Formats: sequence, C-alpha cells, structure tokens
Amino acid sequence: MSYLDYTVAQTPTGIRKILYLNWPLVFLIAAVASIGFLMLVSVAGGKVDTWAEPQMYRFAAGMVIMIALAFVPMWFWRGISIPAYVTCVLLLVGVELVGTIGMGAQRWIDIGPIRLQPSELMKISQVLLLAAYYDWLPPHRVSRPLWVLIPVVLILAPTGLVLIQPDLGTSIMLVAGGGIVMFVAGVSLWYFGVVIAAAVGLVATVLESRGTDWQLLKDYQFRRIDTFLDPTADPLGAGYNIIQSQIALGSGGWSGRGFMQGTQSRLNFLPEKHTDFIFTVLAEEFGFVGAMSLLGLYTLIIGFCLYSALSNRDRFASLITVGISGTFFLYFSINMATVMGMLPAKGSPLPLVSYGGTSLMILMLGFGLVQAAHVHRPR
Amino acid sequence: MTNAPRQNDASGRGITRRGLMLAGIQLGVVTTLALKLRSMQVEQAEQYRMLADGNSIKIRLLVPARGLIHDRNGIVIAGNEQNYRVTLTREEAGGDVEPVLHRLARLIPISDARMAELLDEFSKRSAITPIVLADRLTWEQFSSIAVNAPALAGVTPESGLSRVYPRGGDLAHVLGYVGPVSDYDLSKIENPDPVLMLPEFQLGKVGFEARMEEHLRGKAGQRRVEVNSAGREMRQLSRQEGEQGATVQMTIDAQLQNYAAQRMGQESAAAVVIDVQTGDIVTICSSPSFDPNKFVRGISSPDYKALMNHDHRPLADKTVQGVYPPGSTFKMVTLLAGLESGVINAGSRFYCPGYTTAGGRRFHCWRKGGHGTVDAVTSLSHSCDVYYYELAQKVGIDRIAAMARKLGLGQRHDLPMSAVAEGIAPDRAWKQARYGQAWQVGDSLNASIGQGYVLASPLQLAVMTARIASGLEVRPRLVRAIDGVAQPVPDFPALDVNPAFLRVARAGMDAVMNSDTGTARRSRIIREDWRMAGKTGTSQVRNITAAERARGVVSNDQLPWNRRDHALFVCFAPLDAPRYAVSVIVEHGGGGSTVASPIARDILLFALNGGLPPLDAVPGDQRDAMEERHNAMHLFAPDAPRLTRA
Repeated sequence: MSYLDYTVAQTPTGIRKILYLNWPLVFLIAAVASIGFLMLVSVAGGKVDTWAEPQMYRFAAGMVIMIALAFVPMWFWRGISIPAYVTCVLLLVGVELVGTIGMGAQRWIDIGPIRLQPSELMKISQVLLLAAYYDWLPPHRVSRPLWVLIPVVLILAPTGLVLIQPDLGTSIMLVAGGGIVMFVAGVSLWYFGVVIAAAVGLVATVLESRGTDWQLLKDYQFRRIDTFLDPTADPLGAGYNIIQSQIALGSGGWSGRGFMQGTQSRLNFLPEKHTDFIFTVLAEEFGFVGAMSLLGLYTLIIGFCLYSALSNRDRFASLITVGISGTFFLYFSINMATVMGMLPAKGSPLPLVSYGGTSLMILMLGFGLVQAAHVHRPR
Repeated sequence: MTNAPRQNDASGRGITRRGLMLAGIQLGVVTTLALKLRSMQVEQAEQYRMLADGNSIKIRLLVPARGLIHDRNGIVIAGNEQNYRVTLTREEAGGDVEPVLHRLARLIPISDARMAELLDEFSKRSAITPIVLADRLTWEQFSSIAVNAPALAGVTPESGLSRVYPRGGDLAHVLGYVGPVSDYDLSKIENPDPVLMLPEFQLGKVGFEARMEEHLRGKAGQRRVEVNSAGREMRQLSRQEGEQGATVQMTIDAQLQNYAAQRMGQESAAAVVIDVQTGDIVTICSSPSFDPNKFVRGISSPDYKALMNHDHRPLADKTVQGVYPPGSTFKMVTLLAGLESGVINAGSRFYCPGYTTAGGRRFHCWRKGGHGTVDAVTSLSHSCDVYYYELAQKVGIDRIAAMARKLGLGQRHDLPMSAVAEGIAPDRAWKQARYGQAWQVGDSLNASIGQGYVLASPLQLAVMTARIASGLEVRPRLVRAIDGVAQPVPDFPALDVNPAFLRVARAGMDAVMNSDTGTARRSRIIREDWRMAGKTGTSQVRNITAAERARGVVSNDQLPWNRRDHALFVCFAPLDAPRYAVSVIVEHGGGGSTVASPIARDILLFALNGGLPPLDAVPGDQRDAMEERHNAMHLFAPDAPRLTRA
C-alpha cells in the first residue's frame, strides 16, 4: 500500500477524523479522570481549588492534545520515531548534567515554565521506535539473534541512563514496556525465558551486593525491599507507609467509609495521599465496590486498546497501541500492587488519577498516538 | 524505513496470537489484583477496620461532676464552681512559647519564678500536650484572655468544675476536702479508675469527702475524638457526658453547725450535737477551723505553716480524733455501774470529808472542805469526787469499764470521717496488755471520775449522753440520704441498763442544772418545756503536786493557757422527752461549769429552737451578754449560702 493508497483509501480526512476517534476510549479516559478529580477533592478536605481544579485544567489540556494528535497521520509518527528517540536519549543525558535534585534523584529538566521529565517521555518514544523497527523488520527475521539484539540495545540504552539517575521503577517500566512490544511483535518465547532467568539472577546479585563496595542500589532502595518483605519490622519508619496504606485499604470494607469519611486519609496517616497513595483513599472511602470499579475501567481501557490494535491491519499502528496500552497497564498495576503491599514501595502515580502534570501529559500524549492509530487504520 | 504501512497476513496473525497472549497475561494480573483487593477489603475488612479505628480514634475521659453534699435541710455544703483557667500548647504556639507567655503576663500576673517553672515544663513535655498556665482566674481575667486570643497563639481559655465549700471552715473537719491525685494516693489504690490520671480530677483526700469517695465520684464521661498521626485532636466524634456523683445528704444541720462554730469562736474547742432518737449527728464542729477551699486550690506554704504552728491546732479534728480524759462527765458511767451491779441504790449515801485514802494515797475531792453526806443525785449535782472514789472501790474497774462500753465509750463509732478515735475504757486486762502491770486501786479511783487512763472523744461523750437520755443503744450516723434515697432510720434496741437507774442518772443531771446548788445552775434553760439536764467536767492536763496543793490550788486563770484544765460539758434536753444531746469540750478552758456549759446550752437552745436561742430561755442576767454575742456573730442566712472569704 502506497502513501497514495493511504490517502485515497478509506481513511477519513480533515475534520471528519473526529468522528472516527475511538470514542469509547475517550469516555473511559474521561471517567477515570473524573474519579481522580473526586478523590483529589476528598484528599483536599473538600476543597476543589487545592488539587482538583489544576488537575482539571491539565486534563482538559491533555484531552485537547490527545484529540489533536489523533489527527496526525501514521506516516508522520513513523517518520519522527528515530528523531524522538534520539532526542529523548539526549535529554536523559542532559538530566544527568543539568538536572535538578528532586526527591533524592535527578529526574527532570526545567525548560522555562515546563518541567520536563525525559524518562517519562522515553516510555512513549521507545514504544514508537520499537514499533517502527518491527514494522520495518520482515517478520521472519524477528527472532534472529542479531535482530533481537538491536531492540535490546535500544531498550537498555535509555534504561541504563534512567537507572543511574537512579530511578529503578522507571527503568523496570522501560524494560517491561519495550518487552511488551517485542513480545507482541513475535520474538521467540525462548528469549523471554532467558531474560526472565537473567533478571532473577540479576536480582539475586543485587541483593548480594548489599553492604559491599560495589553495592548496586542505594540504601533507601534496599530498605524499601526490606520493608516490602516485612513491613511490620519497622512500623514507624520505612514500613509505615505500607502498613498505613494497607490499613486504610482494608478498612474500606465492602462499600467504604463514604466520601470524605476515610479516617486514615483524613488524619494524615497516609503519606502522599494525593499522588502515589490516592488509590488507597479511593479504596478506603468507596470500598471494594469503588476500587473494583476503577480496576474495571482500567481493564476496559486496556481491552478497547487491545481490540483496536488487533483489528488494525497496520503493524506499526498495532504495535504502538499495544505498547502504549501496555505501558498504561504497567502504570496502574504497579501502583495498585504497591499500595496493596504486593510490590516494594516505589514512587509511581496512579495513571489519570494521581495529582501531577507530567504523567498525565505523557499518558494523554500516548493515548493521542493510540487514537491516531485508530483513526488512521487501514480500511 | 519507509512511510508505507506494512501489512501482511502472516504478521497480522502473529500479532493477533501474541496480542491475545498479552491480553491473557494482563487479565491474569488484573485478576490477581482483584483477588487481593477482595481478600483485604471483604475477607479481612474487620481486622483492618479495627486497626484503623485504633489508629485514629482515641477515647478521652471527661471528669464527672462531683456529687454535691447537702445538709439535712438541703443547703449545699460542698458544691462545684466554674474554674476558669488557661492552657498553652507549644505546637500551636509555633514552637516558641516565651513570647506568648510574656504577652500573656500583661493580662494576668505571672511571677518570674512561675515563668521559669513554666518554661522548664514546656521544654520537658511533648509539644502537643496542653499545659495549665494559670488556674482560678477571675471572669475578668478569663474574658480578657479570650478577647486577646488571636494575639496569643496556642493559648486556650478553658472552664471546668472545681470543688467549693460554701460554708468555709464551718464543716472543714467533718467534710475534709478534695485535691489533685498524688502518686501516693495512686500507690494506695488497686486498679485505680483511669479518671484518676486526669490532671483536673479531684479526689477526696480526708474526711467525709474521702470516705464517701465512691458515691461522690460519679462516672467519667467519654469523648471519642479523631486524632491525626501526630496525636493532635482533629474533631470530636461523640461526647457522652459523665454521670455526676450522687448527691449525699448529711445529717448535719449547717445552720446549727454555723452557730456552733461562731459560738466557740477562737477557742480550741469541739462540739457535737446528736439526735438522741435517730443518732443523727446534727452538728460536729471543731474549732478553730481552716478554710478547706485553700486546700482545694493548693494552699500556700506560709498559710500551711501558719496552720501547722498554731497552738490551737486548727487542722486537728477535736470531735472524733481528739480524745480527752472526760473528767466528771464520766461520773454517770460510774454511778450506773454501781446501780446496775447492785452495790448501791439511789438512796445509798457516802460521806465526803474532802478526801479519801486508798492504796496508801490520799485522793482529794475538788471541794477542799468536802460535801458532807452525798447520795446518787447530789453526787452528780455537786460533782462530789469522794462519792465516786468510794463507789469505785466497791464496784471495781471491770464493771465500770463494761458500763462505759455499754454507753458507747472505748469503741470506734464508724462514722465516715477520718481518724475516728477509739478512746479508752480501761480495765484490768487492758492495763495488763498495755503496760504489763496489775491494776491498782488508785487507778480505779482516778478512772471513776474520768481521769487517769480514761479517754473519750467529744463524739463518744455525745453518744453516751444520748444513750442515757433516750435509754436506747443510739449509734451515731452522718449520712441521711444518698442520691435522694433516704437511709433507713435506725430502730435502736433498748440499752442494756435498767431504765430506773437511767432515770436516777437523768435526775442527777437535772439537778446539776436546776437544783439550787447544781454546779451548772448558771447555764440552765428557764423554759420548762426545754428543761435541760447536763454534767460538767474538768479534766486535768497536769498532776497537782502535794506542794502545790499545800500552797492552795492555783486558779486556772493564773496558769499559762496550755496548762489549764480542759473544760467539758455534756447535756441533753428536753428532760421529759429528750431530743438532742450535746457534748462540748474547750481545751484548756478551765472549769466545765464556767466555760463549756454556756456554750453547750446555747448550742442546745439553737437546736431546740431551730434558730437563734430565744433570750427568754436563759436567766435574765445573761440576756444582754447573749444578745451582744448574737450581734457579733457572722451567721449565714439559711437560704443564701454565700461564699466565704477566699
């Protein structure tokens, strides 16, 4: 199919594209974001202007960006995949050089009023590049070692840069996000088996390195692991957050304590309740019903993305959609697993719900790509 | 890379297969998350709910209002007043309390020493603990702080209840007082009520307040409050007021008590008035007294020293705690022992030459020339000692002691007061046990006139008199009703003494007052329907040496105060249908007939009249003096109990 086919064929053009958006996805995203606004009102003690209002403006801007990006045809995305990736790598290097110290790790660059977090942007551009790579690579070569090594390097380069920030969580997400694209692209399962085995080996080595000269993680990261393994060992120190989070979550019960009635979150037993622990507030105030509703909405978002991807005959578009929805999946499942005490505590936002600009913008950017893929799918 | 979309069936199928695998994996993860949620929020919800409540909900106790104490007519004799105070919380003051304290010092006086003490306390206590800066503020001070609250960050004006005794010192000894709980108090109590740990709680320390603590305390209320992770109170969830302690009505008549206190003035004295039919203690007053309100508020060291060093011992309760040789008031006991044992009868006579000799010693009658021939009635009316010396030798101490016990001496009357004394009704076994010595005949002689080993409290003497007057085994009581429920009026059995002999004793006591030669004739009541019977007593606090006696007995007036005799008097009225028995002791007052009997008579008159003694009830020559005394008294109006000097 030529470029001409692309335009002449059944693809909608101009303003009409808006009719071809993945509207269920738009509404699901808006629904999840609305839950976020509600929870931000709750954690601000009923005040709208503390967190909910700025978040609403950001979300509105994000919606505009998403819809705007949906109009951009796929050839453009394919075209900028390499420059975007290179730019992101350079930005990551830049962070190392001129980054601001924040939360114990250098993670962002201030460009005027915009606080840029290149590691977040990397999640999208990596998916873009890998999708373009597998679109270009003939399927029969996908599992050849050399052709597997290339994407591995493409993934590990930014991962390494993020790791030395150090930001273990994002590194893992980059690896997993890239892995999802490779997995769907058809790379032989043997490679995944080997990587998982290697990962287990690496974890063992990391744990072994503790207290030695070549310690691979910062002390606080080791403490998080300890706390994860036994949160009650240090209930007022490192384990405090997890214990309080679990108490809040569990005490929500079936239907929760009611809006603004969560004692744990009201009384500051919960840390960072407007960002990383916002799911706990939801679970405390709206109980199992509320928590499952959000999980259901997330699952539907993934479902619609996957359906869109699998019904898209454009390999590039498919892979982008799967990669971005996979990243989104990693976001919420890691956050939820963390606050439930199933994963070691690490700062990760709940996508579309947590207060914060960067992750929201990146997600909306990602969904913009998903929408573009959906709008421009070959008919 | 080209800009053309790549599309072939093989890759499309591959993507579909792997995409479905991915969907499966993702579904698995979502299911795991959902199951974990279910296990936490549905299966273990109860446990987490308990943990959460324990985290955030604290129970704060509310000090219950202490039960009121009423007199027999419903006058409040122990109440509660608003106590205005200010507290300061360091955290709310922004960490540095000193500037706030200096600003506050412009509104209320805070001495430099107190300031240093407070700063020290703030440095030691947690930043969220409110610390009391000043207590018992006036309304003006309190409101000036409230108005200036915006400039005084962290300062909270609070009001609470505090015990107050509207009758001041009148009832100080019987009521006792309350105070903050000390470590010593806690050490004495097993499983102390948690409310005792509250700084503002007041515990009955002594007297009625202490003995009736369980009734007066009430039940603590509860406030369920939400606290944040730092322990700071965020809001109140529920408030359950405590139950006020029971209102306890005493048998005391506050008006009579007030009169008795005023009548005794600054004498070191005690007076007990008892209802001879019911045993109600109508008045039990020790003088001089002290202001119990000072103890509630924390008495200052100079005030306390002044009380401790006062030679009239204002802190001592002379009514139940003080024991004295009863002197001649004991003679009814010896007489009744003689009559009951059959050694004598009412007509038996002894000759009094002014002394008798026993055990190689000479025992003197108080009247140097002697009383001549004396019978039972005149032995009392003249208070002849020799009659009792002779009688005691015939009756023996054991029967005297037995009679003393029948009349309520030498035993503890269990009143809800502190340190109720047992007194001593000595007998042979007692002396053997106490001193390891055999009883001497001289001991009997001394005991027969209430000297020597005999010791009795004014309460016991009042009970004795009540028993003689009513012929009933009267037992004293102080509690009339608890929480509106009247205590049953006791139905006392008849006294185990022949009523005919009691009539002899009463006739003798009548003669003391009303016969022409009675020792207390001057203090008689001239109204026939209130005809009064009594007995004087004078107890020596020193031995009169032979040399002194040779020089002539020195008049009490010429002795230093603390070596003078104690003056005692017991009485009851009306003679025909006795209602009240009174005992009065004036320490170092000299003779019972001159000092103690007019006081006892006036108190008795007040009791009978239900108000100030009518002047026409006393002999004409005493009316002016009585009126003058009444005018000088500061009596409480019965209906408006005012606060005494603070």
